[in-house]
Amino acid sequence: MFRYIIRRLISAVLVMFAISVMVFLIFFATPGVNPAARIAGRSASPEVLRHVSIEFGLDKPLPIRYLIMMYHLFIKQDLTSYVNIGDKIIPQIIAAAPITLSLVFGAAVIWLIVGILGGVVAASNRGKFIDPLIMFIGIATISIPAYWLGEMVNLITQDKLHASLFPWLPNGGYVAITSNPWQWALHLLFPWLTLAALYSGIYARVLRGELINAMNEDYIRTARAKGLSERRILYRHALRCSLITIVSLFGLDFGALIGGAALLTEVVFGLQGVGWLTYQGLTNLDLPLIMGCVMYGAFFVVLASAVVDILYAYLDPRVRIAT
Amino acid sequence: MIALGVLMFMVIVSLCAPIYAHHFAHDDPFNSNLQGRIKIGGKFRSVMQANPSGLGVVPIAPTWSFSHYFLGADELGRDVFARLLYGGRVSLLIGFSSAVICVFVAAVMGMVAGYFGGVVDWLMSRLFDIIWAFPIYLLAISLSVILLTSGLNLGVIHISAGSLLLPILIIASVYVPYVARPIRGIVFSLKEREFIQAAIASGASDWHILRKEILPNVAPSVIVFFPLMVAFSLLTESALSFLSIGVQPPQASWGTIIQDGLQLLYTRPWVAIAPGLCIVVTAGALNILGDGARDAFDPKAKLRGSI
Repeated sequence: MFRYIIRRLISAVLVMFAISVMVFLIFFATPGVNPAARIAGRSASPEVLRHVSIEFGLDKPLPIRYLIMMYHLFIKQDLTSYVNIGDKIIPQIIAAAPITLSLVFGAAVIWLIVGILGGVVAASNRGKFIDPLIMFIGIATISIPAYWLGEMVNLITQDKLHASLFPWLPNGGYVAITSNPWQWALHLLFPWLTLAALYSGIYARVLRGELINAMNEDYIRTARAKGLSERRILYRHALRCSLITIVSLFGLDFGALIGGAALLTEVVFGLQGVGWLTYQGLTNLDLPLIMGCVMYGAFFVVLASAVVDILYAYLDPRVRIAT
Repeated sequence: MIALGVLMFMVIVSLCAPIYAHHFAHDDPFNSNLQGRIKIGGKFRSVMQANPSGLGVVPIAPTWSFSHYFLGADELGRDVFARLLYGGRVSLLIGFSSAVICVFVAAVMGMVAGYFGGVVDWLMSRLFDIIWAFPIYLLAISLSVILLTSGLNLGVIHISAGSLLLPILIIASVYVPYVARPIRGIVFSLKEREFIQAAIASGASDWHILRKEILPNVAPSVIVFFPLMVAFSLLTESALSFLSIGVQPPQASWGTIIQDGLQLLYTRPWVAIAPGLCIVVTAGALNILGDGARDAFDPKAKLRGSI
């Protein structure tokens, strides 16, 4: 197990290196215009341009430039915005991170619970009305754009019904869990539900398929032969084995969520997390801000997926040897 | 079958966009129409009306009449329904063409990597690993924001910043590993099968084997992936456009219209509701189609992110 953890962490570091090189190439070596002009924004003066090319060593060869960029991003952490002049970017990202993490973790808990429940209900009611219904919801929810669902949720909860049905709901924004856990949960409730709605349907579908496959396995036949009840077989035998697939899928989706749906959900609900920061960067073409958000976001995703893989190897010893 | 019908309906309706704009609505869905007046039930009304709460103006509400402003107007007084139809053309065009490019490139790369193995395979697999590990939206955002500031200049290729080709190429390239990896896996295991071994032993050329023996066995998976990829591309395009780094004005897509609707959400909700519904219906039809295709052709085919 220890060796597996070391190996997995080394590969995570290699992937981070590869991603940072890619970000570097995209931002500093895409053919087209002078990278200094790009970084400094559209209406930069010649002094600013000169300052940018000194800051990022744009007259030096590519590998040196890469090191300079990483130095500004991670070691000195003094990357500054040229749109909102003087704003330090890394502290902003670090301040925004708890909001994104609260959003993503809360949503993940809800979607796993709902997804697993849905999958079990569908598999144990195979052929009845509820099974195809859950399957249909599964396919419908992967077709919904996250940000649009968020807008529709806002429309329902914040508009005409706000006075009658949802007077208890705050008007967007965020409260730190340390200052008021109840308000924290209340502010995040609908963003959580929005994100969870997008994913729990797929999880229910996948789990149903896995459960139905598992029910044909030999060990289930053994359990039946022992005279165990169907319910016990489903929960204690089939479900345990099928959850392994869910865990590995979760590792992939959790990462994808941070860069994708969570970003859009933050924008729609006005949660000032890392996704919202990225959006601010996009609206006024603040490239250092976007670069910082992308790099920190991607690194977090790589780490998160390494952690999930290690958990996965802990659950399923076969993985430790296979990879 | 219903899914296919729904899809055909969306395509045909979108193709009819200019007919609607010229023959029914009599307006230009890409230029602002702040001073415009239209005739409804014999009375003239302004497109931009005084805000009942006092300050400013709000666009006209949905008239629910096909002759004018069926779904109302947006902030610039443009006909939302006409824009919806034009947006549908752009969204579907991007969805289909990036899926075509993506699946084609991925199939070629996956087949080459899986068949030849060795250094080629190692290089391609590492490339796929890196793109795969990069969160897909973050990659698409980085590429889009850079290419939108300057356009793409690669030797003889010049693509200007506002061109639809940019989102098409960006979306196609970020999804290549998701299709290429499973195809490489299939080819890899095919290579061990007797009929391929027999073809190699009988002296058939690589090109002949790839075309005549491998391709027919890969084709079912490709057919299964295609509708799913169109759905993914459509959703990605709309998200990028919503973030203002996809389709650029004056072009419109369903994503950009939803973004226009964001400011009007509480006054004119239809501006945002309608394009979202179109996306859900189209992507849903594609996903159901992909699902059916899988059951029919290749029950084992799996694409990451789908089931």
